[in-house]
Amino acid sequence: MAENYRRIDALEKVTGQTKFADDLHLPGQLIGKVVRCQQTHARIRSIDISAALAIPGVVTIMLATDLPAHTIWSTYPILTGERVRYQADAIALIAAESEQAAGAAMAEIKVEYEPLPAMLSIEEALQVNAPAIHADSPDNRVAHSHWPVRKGNIETGFAQSDIIMEREYRTSHIEHAYIEPEAVLVTTDWDDSLIVYGSTQNPFNTRRAVATATGYALNKIRVVQQPVGGSFGGKEESMGLIAARAAVLCLQTGRPVKMVYSREESITESAKRHPFRLRYKVGAKKDGRIMAMEAELVDEGGAYNFQAQFMNWRACVHAAGVYRVPHVKVDVYAVHTNRVFGGAMRGYSSPQIIFAQESLMDELAQELRMEPLALRQANFLHEDDATITGQVLTEPVNAEKVTLRALELAGYEQKRQEYQRQNPEAPVVRGIGFATSFRGCGLGAEAPDATGAIITLQEDGSILLRSSLTDMGQGLQTAHAFLVAEELGVSPERIAAKTVDTSAVPEGGMTVASRGTFSGGKPVIQAAAQIKQSLFKVAAQQLKCAAGELVAAEDWIFVGKEPERKISFDEVVSLAFWNGYPLSVTGWFQPEPVEWDHDTGQGKAFPSYTYGCVVADVEINKITGSAIVKQLVSVYDIGRVIHQGAASGQVFGGMAMGMGMALMEEVTFNKGLVSNPNFDKYIIPTAMDMPDAIYDFIESEGNSGTGGAKSLGEAALEPVAAAVANALASAGYRIRTLPALSESLMALINERR
Amino acid sequence: MAKKKLRLTVNGHRIEKDVEESMRLLDVLREELFLTGTKEGCGIGECGACTVVLDGKAVNSCMVLALSADGGIVETVEGLGSRSKLHPVQEAFLDHHALQCGFCTPGMLMSAKALLDENSNPSEEEIKEAISGNLCRCTGYVQIVDAIKDAAGRRNNLG
Repeated sequence: MAENYRRIDALEKVTGQTKFADDLHLPGQLIGKVVRCQQTHARIRSIDISAALAIPGVVTIMLATDLPAHTIWSTYPILTGERVRYQADAIALIAAESEQAAGAAMAEIKVEYEPLPAMLSIEEALQVNAPAIHADSPDNRVAHSHWPVRKGNIETGFAQSDIIMEREYRTSHIEHAYIEPEAVLVTTDWDDSLIVYGSTQNPFNTRRAVATATGYALNKIRVVQQPVGGSFGGKEESMGLIAARAAVLCLQTGRPVKMVYSREESITESAKRHPFRLRYKVGAKKDGRIMAMEAELVDEGGAYNFQAQFMNWRACVHAAGVYRVPHVKVDVYAVHTNRVFGGAMRGYSSPQIIFAQESLMDELAQELRMEPLALRQANFLHEDDATITGQVLTEPVNAEKVTLRALELAGYEQKRQEYQRQNPEAPVVRGIGFATSFRGCGLGAEAPDATGAIITLQEDGSILLRSSLTDMGQGLQTAHAFLVAEELGVSPERIAAKTVDTSAVPEGGMTVASRGTFSGGKPVIQAAAQIKQSLFKVAAQQLKCAAGELVAAEDWIFVGKEPERKISFDEVVSLAFWNGYPLSVTGWFQPEPVEWDHDTGQGKAFPSYTYGCVVADVEINKITGSAIVKQLVSVYDIGRVIHQGAASGQVFGGMAMGMGMALMEEVTFNKGLVSNPNFDKYIIPTAMDMPDAIYDFIESEGNSGTGGAKSLGEAALEPVAAAVANALASAGYRIRTLPALSESLMALINERR
Repeated sequence: MAKKKLRLTVNGHRIEKDVEESMRLLDVLREELFLTGTKEGCGIGECGACTVVLDGKAVNSCMVLALSADGGIVETVEGLGSRSKLHPVQEAFLDHHALQCGFCTPGMLMSAKALLDENSNPSEEEIKEAISGNLCRCTGYVQIVDAIKDAAGRRNNLG
């Protein structure tokens, strides 16, 4: 484990030398701007750009009619000329010599709109005879977003139950709040092709969007990922859009175009964590065994369909949590509204689902007069159990183990008893609660988890590593470099890792689903292993032994049983190079085929699962209604830890983001328009908000991930908000709509008085 | 627009520039001096990515009109330490893995620098307060606070 190995990108980052996309500058570059409609739903009557075009320094203004195509995948418009469906829809693009000229032009573009009725909530959009936001979705349900699960017989399950309970929970729009707003610089290359430098999470998707907008073939577009200043699922489609817009301006003007969003543009345009309405009905025996679970999980997809069709599949798999349930009926679907669209955000539906489903477990425990732990222990999945999708779990199932470890680290039992004895009339009360969850690793049956990497040894023994997947700050390049170093028995300092360049590596899909290490490490190890075979052949000739006797470690290759018979890694590489051995290898991971039955929601969903438990210890001030998290304890079974510093960083970051979701974060709207589009009103946790943060990793053998490592990035966030909500409830205040703002808590406190 | 002469000492170098009255200190640093280590994250003084040290105090350079800083001494991340001789707080950030995407890092480092210059042995609460104007979405701040605490110790050990 690389405890003290420094991140390979860290020196540049602490010295201010890392060039993010907005830090690049090309001679002659123009400033690109987007004119947005600021309407929820309207028809465009006319657009007048004549006054704007006359402003000195304005080079061009483009409208939808100037583009060969208007939408990237999933109907999102690069530019729209007829009808706008939410406030950030783009209606014109400007390229100008300066920010000032571009800004003046934006103010001079005159547009007349004919307002249309706007659907501003799930309920409004689902009303009978509600106006359709998209003609091909007459009932406003998002195409392909319905994912059912049918297991056993739900009626039988409820009939067998001693107690039946129904609850509804809700979550809000949440902003990714990456600190770097979206940025691109687009220019042309010598061979009639385009180069796009951008802060993109998924460079190949960005390339696809540019191809659509420009009509260029994929081999004529080179997307170079600049270091990404945070993404969390956010810099996916929005980066495709900004790159497509800058690209058409670049081709139109023949000059490089830089486009950088303001924070307000970033927040109003980009995807949000889908708000969910989560209705559960659960049936259980008196002894706590859950017999039936029925769920209707509806998410607000917003104006366009970004990812609900994929995300809701993950939601249906995880809908009942990490428990055995014999009779299940789950329906997940999304609806369109005229508000900002939902998209991928760290967890991909799980934080919302876990909040509801783990709140439900605690509420059920209360109804059954059981302890929360005892109820869970009566239902936890174990090895050889089947999930609600009928998947029999053959790998280690550590839901109970992580829970017991987290409760132990938190001193849960002692605190729980202590808090039960506190005076409920006191102005400040404490509560402790927890949530246990699992997370399917990688893409599973959602999409092929294939990806690639290229490793090239140089004649001096240095190593170039290019993965098809991106580092967005999570430390993927560091983790991959460590895997190469381990496989080749060399120090990680030899390795230089490059960001993704779509003209240099094969498309390896998106860097999503916490698959960067879990799947993305596989082609890295595979390529390194193949190169090692060549090196061993050369070394065996030199050391006059069989290749099978050799071991590589600490920058030497030696005979395993006679370590003094050795040759340096550098010498072997040099010999291999001058003797024509292949020292550049492309590794490719091709996953096992998956099976999924859409209508019943039955199949093998994921090859492996990460198990996690978070315990939250909270304090509620009943005078102000404010809640403070005093301590968070997170324990995860991630198979194997590859880099302690990076892994713990994921856990701490997940704690902060989860706390934000639980207590403070919510995009607010005024008649459908975002009313908190910057950090003065959209509040995320600061250092002052951080509680005592404790974590542990449990390692386990025998899972399918790279070198035994499972997913962590998203898992590290997922149960946090649920744990905080259960802690608030244990203090006496059950919140069923997140975030638990002081207003909501105060309302409950007043209700009690 | 009218331009006026701006004199600053930036990372020890004296500079003179004719700048527009509307320019922010952030714009001068990034666009005139090509010191792009200082970042813009929000433009309204809330995220702290543009933090620099001006006359010994950490400030949001997006909220400072450049000409109002005339005659001032400015320190940016580029002047904090060199690749071969890092500032203790930079060293500590490396050792504690106190960064992920790195976009907030320069501002975070400058807030930490200003704190340590003023208070050589800050408490955990004082550290958290000093960086409370620097938003980080990746790290949860834990390793950053540890790094700053460690940096204070390293500086004190150096005497």
